[in-house]
Amino acid sequence: MNPIFKHGPSPQHRLLLVLFCSASLIFFDHKMNSFENVRGFLQSMVSPLQYLATTPKQMMNWAAENIVTRRQLINENQQYKIAELSFHQQLLELEIIKKENERLRLLLASPLRGEVKKMVAEILSVNSDPYSHQVVINRGSDDGVFEGQPVLDDEGIVGQVLHVGINSSRVILITDVTHAVPVRVSRNGVRLVASGAGQIDRLTHNFVPHSYDIRSGDLLVTSGLGNKYPEGYPVARVTTVVHNDANAFAMVRSEPVAKIERLRYLLLLWPEKSPGIFAPSQKPVSPKQTKNDKSENKKGSTNADS
Amino acid sequence: MPIRNLLIIIFTILIALIASIMPLPLSIDVFRPDWVLVVLVYWCLALPARVNIITAGFVGLLLDVLLGSILGVHTLAMALAVYIIAGNFQKIRNFSVWQQALIVGVLSALYHLIVFWMQRFLTDAVFLPSYLYPVITTIILWPWAFLLLRKVRRHFRIT
Repeated sequence: MNPIFKHGPSPQHRLLLVLFCSASLIFFDHKMNSFENVRGFLQSMVSPLQYLATTPKQMMNWAAENIVTRRQLINENQQYKIAELSFHQQLLELEIIKKENERLRLLLASPLRGEVKKMVAEILSVNSDPYSHQVVINRGSDDGVFEGQPVLDDEGIVGQVLHVGINSSRVILITDVTHAVPVRVSRNGVRLVASGAGQIDRLTHNFVPHSYDIRSGDLLVTSGLGNKYPEGYPVARVTTVVHNDANAFAMVRSEPVAKIERLRYLLLLWPEKSPGIFAPSQKPVSPKQTKNDKSENKKGSTNADS
Repeated sequence: MPIRNLLIIIFTILIALIASIMPLPLSIDVFRPDWVLVVLVYWCLALPARVNIITAGFVGLLLDVLLGSILGVHTLAMALAVYIIAGNFQKIRNFSVWQQALIVGVLSALYHLIVFWMQRFLTDAVFLPSYLYPVITTIILWPWAFLLLRKVRRHFRIT
């Protein structure tokens, strides 16, 4: 092959071709969202590369897990036992409160909250692109993952599923610039929207009137509006509130409670269809159901008694 | 043996792709060099008839899918960066390795700026100086990558 003589089209023509292709790709992907289906296919096509890229990290993890002393293991075990004991005690309390809550909800004729199905997922890769905060997890459509599914870690909301491949999928984090979560202040129920700021430790809240009662340190939980995230999961903690009368709105910033920069295991949720607070018209509690529930309650109480 | 040569070129590009999505600690991650750009620039300098702008566009598209960015952003940036090499490969070939490293550094800066401009245009991204940190590591990486890839090319007699 002699590079002195030109072969094929000139670089300018090739560049024009690629520029045209990429411009149309950008237009159709960003403005028209025409690649939603293709994205899933592409995601499963490149997932071998992602599995391959994560092997060194997994080997390190494996080594770190296997090369520990007996003493460390014993210590860890002891800690876990103590933690389990206290969790168990909390669980007992929770059971009672749950029952009580269900009964109160029945009295108010509000729909009951069902059990939420969960699945643990592991992070395959974290996006190295600084402009978008996304991670890839090792669950896909084979595991029943769907688009828009809420993703948590052990502390709070992490994000939602963006594209689903066959055995891997992409999760957009709450700190991404294009993402926002409807939240409320858990102290008094004031509603806000938490939008990502493109920084790993910050969420911003736009259009917050000066009159709202928000203080730094307030916990923000999902409000369940928008039907994406189930209600009541912690999202962020308010860090700064600045009331400057020169501006129309207060400046509120918060920090995600989930350890976004240290994610490893995630929880996928399958929320119930038609979350309760929005469905007053639909008679959720039929008499038969209440009876069943009551008998269950009774059974529960008798069990507790015995 | 063109098929074997092609496979070796594809293999090096795949390794670069894997290196560019490999999970790293957050503090090192901002310094991740542009592996894919370096490998593409080398092959474009060495074999401009085989690896050219269309290859670069295709690899950029793969990078888009791997990074989950808007399809076409890295395609465009990669193609423009490689276009500069493809237009001037006869000049750049005769430079010393360190001069080439500087040119690759400029290309890498251009690449990151194009990606940033596209993101700025499409979403409301804000410029942070850390977006240009990879330029430094790319300059440092180039001589080593160049020597390694030249060894590979000579060993397998890729033409």
